[in-house]
Amino acid sequence: MSVAVQSSVTAALPRRLNHGASTGSSWGNFMFILPFLVVYVLLLVVPLFKGIWISLQELDMLSQTAEFVGLKNYTELWKDDIFRGAVRNTFYFVLMATPVFVALGLALALALNRPGRTGAALRAIFFGSSVLSVTIVTLVWKLVLMPHHGLVANITKPLGLSSVSLLTSEAWALPVIAGVTVWWIIGLPMMLFLAALQQIPHELYEAAQLDNASRWRTLTSITLPAIRRTVALVAIIEVILQFQLFGQAHLMTQGGPNNSSRPIVQFIYEAGFQHWTLGYAAAASQVLFGIMLIAMAVQVWVSSRREAF
Amino acid sequence: MAGINIIGLNKRYGNVEVIKHLGLEVEPGEFLVFLGPSGCGKSTLLRMIAGLEPVSAGEIHIAGRDVTQLPPGARNVAMVFQHYALYPHMTVYDNMAFGLRNVGVPKDEVDRRVQEAARMLELVELLDRKPVQMSGGQRQRVAIGRAVVKEPAAFLFDEPLSNLDASLRARTRVELARLHQRLKATMIFVTHDQVEAMTLATRIVVMNRGQIEQVGRPMEIYRNPASRFVAGFIGSPAMNFLEVTRVQGAGGQVAVRLPDGTLLQTTVSEARLAPNAKLELGVRPEAISIEHADAPGVLVGTAEVVERLGDQTHAHISIKSGGTVVAHAHRDSLIAPGDTVGLRLDDAAVHLFDESGAAHHAAPRSAP
Repeated sequence: MSVAVQSSVTAALPRRLNHGASTGSSWGNFMFILPFLVVYVLLLVVPLFKGIWISLQELDMLSQTAEFVGLKNYTELWKDDIFRGAVRNTFYFVLMATPVFVALGLALALALNRPGRTGAALRAIFFGSSVLSVTIVTLVWKLVLMPHHGLVANITKPLGLSSVSLLTSEAWALPVIAGVTVWWIIGLPMMLFLAALQQIPHELYEAAQLDNASRWRTLTSITLPAIRRTVALVAIIEVILQFQLFGQAHLMTQGGPNNSSRPIVQFIYEAGFQHWTLGYAAAASQVLFGIMLIAMAVQVWVSSRREAF
Repeated sequence: MAGINIIGLNKRYGNVEVIKHLGLEVEPGEFLVFLGPSGCGKSTLLRMIAGLEPVSAGEIHIAGRDVTQLPPGARNVAMVFQHYALYPHMTVYDNMAFGLRNVGVPKDEVDRRVQEAARMLELVELLDRKPVQMSGGQRQRVAIGRAVVKEPAAFLFDEPLSNLDASLRARTRVELARLHQRLKATMIFVTHDQVEAMTLATRIVVMNRGQIEQVGRPMEIYRNPASRFVAGFIGSPAMNFLEVTRVQGAGGQVAVRLPDGTLLQTTVSEARLAPNAKLELGVRPEAISIEHADAPGVLVGTAEVVERLGDQTHAHISIKSGGTVVAHAHRDSLIAPGDTVGLRLDDAAVHLFDESGAAHHAAPRSAP
C-alpha cells in the first residue's frame, strides 16, 4: 500500500521538480526538427503533390494555359508505344546493371580487401572513374567504340574481325550503355562492400580456419551473412540510381536506334522540354515514381525477411 | 591426450624478434599457463601453436607429429578466443556443429557431440539462440563448447576470461578447472592475470620479452622465483625490493645491511654469489611482521596507507631511509596512517637478486 502511494506521488513530481531534464513531450522539442521538416516539405512533399496535380492537367507552356483532364495523360501513356518501350528499356537496363553492380562490386572488394600499396592503388583506380562527369565518360567510350577508328576497332581489325558499330545496334546499344555505366560508377558499391568487409572481426576468419572451413565455405557461411545488410543497401541504391538512367543514353545513342535504348527519364525530358507537354511528362514521372516505390518496397521486404532472427 | 613439443621457436616481424629461440615441452593432460605482461609474446606463441601465425624458425610437434607447416584446421587443436569469435548469424547449435560438419562428421555423431557438450556446459536451453541474444558468460561457454565438440588433441585459450566481470570471471575459472579435470585434456591458457595462472595451472610459463623466464608449478614459482622479473610479477601485493649492501656473514650464509643500516643475517648461501656482487633484497608482504618501533633490529617506518580487505590488512609503510614497503598486518590490527612502526623481515623468507637479476633464495629454517 505504502509502495503504491509512494510511486503515485513520485510519478506526479518529475515535471515540476526536474527543471533541467523534463521527460514529458514538449512542443519546444519540435523546434529541433523544424529546419529539416521545412526543407523536406518545401523541396520534396510539395513538388510531389504539385507533380501529381500537373499530371492530371493538359498544360501548355507556350500559351500558359492549363486544363484539368483527369487521367487522360495516363491512358495516353498506356497506349504510347514509345513510352511502353522506354519502360521496357529501363527495366531491362536495371535488370542488367544492378546484379552486375552487386556481384562485381563485391568481387572487387573481396579481391582488394588487403593491406599494402598494390591494394590501395587498385582501390583508387577502380574508384577514380566515379569522379568523372557523365559527359567525359560517354565521350571517352564513344571514342573507344567508334567504328573503324576507335580502340575496339583497332583491336578487332588485326584479328580479322569486321568492325561492328555497337551503339547503332538495336540489340547491343542498351547492354553497351549498361557496361559503360558499370565501368563509370562501380567504385561506389566496391567502397561500400569494402567498408562492410572491414567491419567483420578477423577472429571470425581465424575461428573458421580452425574449424577447417574451405575458402568457399568461409565466403558463404561467414562473409556473405555478415554483409547481407550492405548487399541489400547496394541493391537498393543501384535500383534507385539505374531507374533514373538518362545522361549516358542521351549522350551516347539519343535513345536510338529505333527507341531501343530510350529510358523513362529521357522520355520525360523529351515530353516536357522538347515537346512542351508538361502534363504528359508529369504523368510519366509519376509512373516512374510508382515503379521505383514498388521496387524499393519489394527489396526492403525481401531483405527484412532474410534478416529476421 | 597429447603432448606438445616446441623446439627452437623463433618469430620475427621484420627486424623485431618477438619470440627468441624458445623451447618448451607440454605434458599430455597438462594445464599449462603462459603468463606475462602485455607484449611479452605469449599470445603470439599460442597463435603459432594454433597455426594462425607463421613460424620464422623452429618446430612445433603436437602428439608427436610435426605440425609446423600445417594449416590451423589440420593441427587437431581448438581455440577459445578473447572476444569469443562466435559466428553471429548462426545459432549456438550451428556454431558448435560448424567445425564438425566441415570435416564430414556424420549428422548423428554431430548431434550426439553437440548435445553432450551442451549438457556439460549447461547450454541445452540456449541451443536455438544466436550469440547476440546471450550474455557474455553464456557466449564464453558456447565458445568453450565449440572447442569441446571437436575433441581436439589440445585446447588453446587466449585470455578467455578478460572480457568477463569480476564475479563471472571467478565462476568461469572454476568451471574451466572442472572441465580440465573432467576431460583430462592438454590445455594451454594465455593470461596476464596471475590469479588465473595461480589457480588454474598445473605449470606456469612466465614470459618476458619473447623469452621464458621460468617454468614451474604455481607455488614453486611463488616461493622460488627464478629472477627479479618473476619475483616482481607474481604475487599481489607485489614483492618488496630493497637495495642492500653485502657484509661479512656467518656460517657460509650472506648477511646484508638494510638501507637504514640495520644488519640482516639471511639464510641465503654464499656459495653462488660473487663477493662484491651488488644485491637487491626481495621480501613478500607476508614475510614482514609489524612490531613496535623501539624493538631491536627492526626497520623503522611510518604507515602511509592502510588497506583493510576483511580477511587481511595491507599496510603501506614509508621507511625512513627512503622507499615504501607493503606488509601484511593482522586483519584486526589497529595500525592507522601516521603510526610509526618497526618492520621485522623473516630472514628465512628473503630473496637476494644479483645484478643480472638472478635470484638466490634463503634456505628454509629446519624444523625444531
